[in-house]
Amino acid sequence: MLHNRSIGELADLLAKKQVSSVELTRHFLDRIERLNPALNAVITPTAELGLAAAAVADRRRSSGEAAPLLGIPLIHKDIFCTHGVRTSCGSRMLDNFIAPYDATVVERLSVAGAVMLGKANMDEFAMGSSNETSFYGPVKNPWDTSKVPGGSSGGSAAATAARLAPFATGTDTGGSIRQPAALTGITGLKPTYGRVSRYGMIAFASSLDQAGVFARSAADVAIVLQAMAGFDPKDSTSVDVPVPDYGAALDRPLKGLRIGLLAEFFTGLEARNRALIENALQVYRRLGAVTVEVSLPHLPLSVPTYYVVAPAECSSNLSRFDGVRFGYRCDDPKDLKDLYCRSRGEGFGAEVKRRIMTGTYVLSAGYFDAYYLKAQKVRQLITDEFRAAFTQVDVLIGPTTPTPAFAIGAKVDDPITMYLNDIYTIGANLAGLPGLSMPCGLIDGLPMGLQLIGPHFSEERLLNAAHQYQMASDWHSLAPRGYE
Amino acid sequence: MSLTRPEVEKIAQLARLSITEQEMPVYVASLSSIVDFVADLAKVDTGAVLPMAHPLEGQSQRLRDDVVTETDHHEEYQANAASVQAGLYVVPRVIE
Repeated sequence: MLHNRSIGELADLLAKKQVSSVELTRHFLDRIERLNPALNAVITPTAELGLAAAAVADRRRSSGEAAPLLGIPLIHKDIFCTHGVRTSCGSRMLDNFIAPYDATVVERLSVAGAVMLGKANMDEFAMGSSNETSFYGPVKNPWDTSKVPGGSSGGSAAATAARLAPFATGTDTGGSIRQPAALTGITGLKPTYGRVSRYGMIAFASSLDQAGVFARSAADVAIVLQAMAGFDPKDSTSVDVPVPDYGAALDRPLKGLRIGLLAEFFTGLEARNRALIENALQVYRRLGAVTVEVSLPHLPLSVPTYYVVAPAECSSNLSRFDGVRFGYRCDDPKDLKDLYCRSRGEGFGAEVKRRIMTGTYVLSAGYFDAYYLKAQKVRQLITDEFRAAFTQVDVLIGPTTPTPAFAIGAKVDDPITMYLNDIYTIGANLAGLPGLSMPCGLIDGLPMGLQLIGPHFSEERLLNAAHQYQMASDWHSLAPRGYE
Repeated sequence: MSLTRPEVEKIAQLARLSITEQEMPVYVASLSSIVDFVADLAKVDTGAVLPMAHPLEGQSQRLRDDVVTETDHHEEYQANAASVQAGLYVVPRVIE
């Protein structure tokens, strides 16, 4: 079936005229129409735009063009601004917001010929680890619809896992690509901070946010990253370093690869989770890699560090939503202050308000040094420890999440328990490092992720290591039942 | 509770968020637990470590030439506003 083909195979079918992009787009739009109601992964289908873009892609192919994404459908996380299309960020605040321009990620993928099928559900303003904070309701995990898909890019992950699109975009501030990729059994990459432009990506925590990709294999992720990555003068933290050929690096042998095993990732790790990681490490050893134990003593502090830094940046970034220039406005404000307070109080959901208030508190007079500056110092310590570890090893490997997907509703009332879901993923965000998650087995019939973290700008190496594992195993080709 | 209700009311005020009567006790409890949770940071000896300014080393703020590059999109941008008159955003009267 078309929806189980890799991006490379689909491009080949398109090139040989065995299928047109319009046919491919119709195939996936049909799947969205049929399967999405049970998942709530796509909140804004863009069928008309998609079919028009597909027709353009077919014409470009007919005139001899052959880019790898030309005519390939995708779904964008609804955090990326899409010109003329509602961009809600999962919030009532932006329920009526029609983006007046394209995010750089959207523009680049569209220039590459990719065809947008729709916009994906997400935790409100990307704040959440279960996709339950969305104004549009929770996303269901295609492996078990009573379970969460993870978050915040839960719609993108569920859609990719359910084969509603060959790939989807996401963003990762504390694990929001890697955690849902793990919980839905797909491959997700969070690139180095600055590798992919943040322009037009609605900001949550600007020093941590990074755009990335969901697909079903590392080889597919490599194709998409190739089109997304690169310097963008419109993003002041975009980094001007050359983009390597990610596809060319995939087949490099892993002989001699030094894999670091973080003591902090394995202490207290549940036995079945540990066994899956061990099995994956056996595969890597057979491929010629060696494992080295390393330790980052301050890493356990990454969650509290994050829950100072991220809310602080959130409270600052979200001050732009004032009910005046765009977004939700309350009825009958009695004065300007009432307009601000009620528009924000009514337009934002509970978790977003919690984070704004946490951030306001840690930045307020008398607390700034004790919380915010202290957290940025601990963040520097953690980053220095990662840097030291990467003088001994090429890549760190461990779990992506402590457990498989949990039940919808199980953790919504306890923010701290929810925050601890991201215990293995937050470190990479604090240090700006690239991280990848890919499926490495099942627990209770639900997928689990293996996480790879590398030094800055080592996406090539991470994709190479992930691809080699996927050539030697087949966890990545498992589909949830009913979506094969 | 490490935060009192008046403290949370003040935070909400600073953040320009109206919080309902029903929501308030939930925020007093959950913000208190978050403040307790991040209190561990105080125990870390950070010595002479400087607060992190950028996740990558050796980055400096890029500057561009001071020339106009934006074109006029005000009509398109204002289409998203709740209330606009004569090209201006309308808010409740602020000057009597």
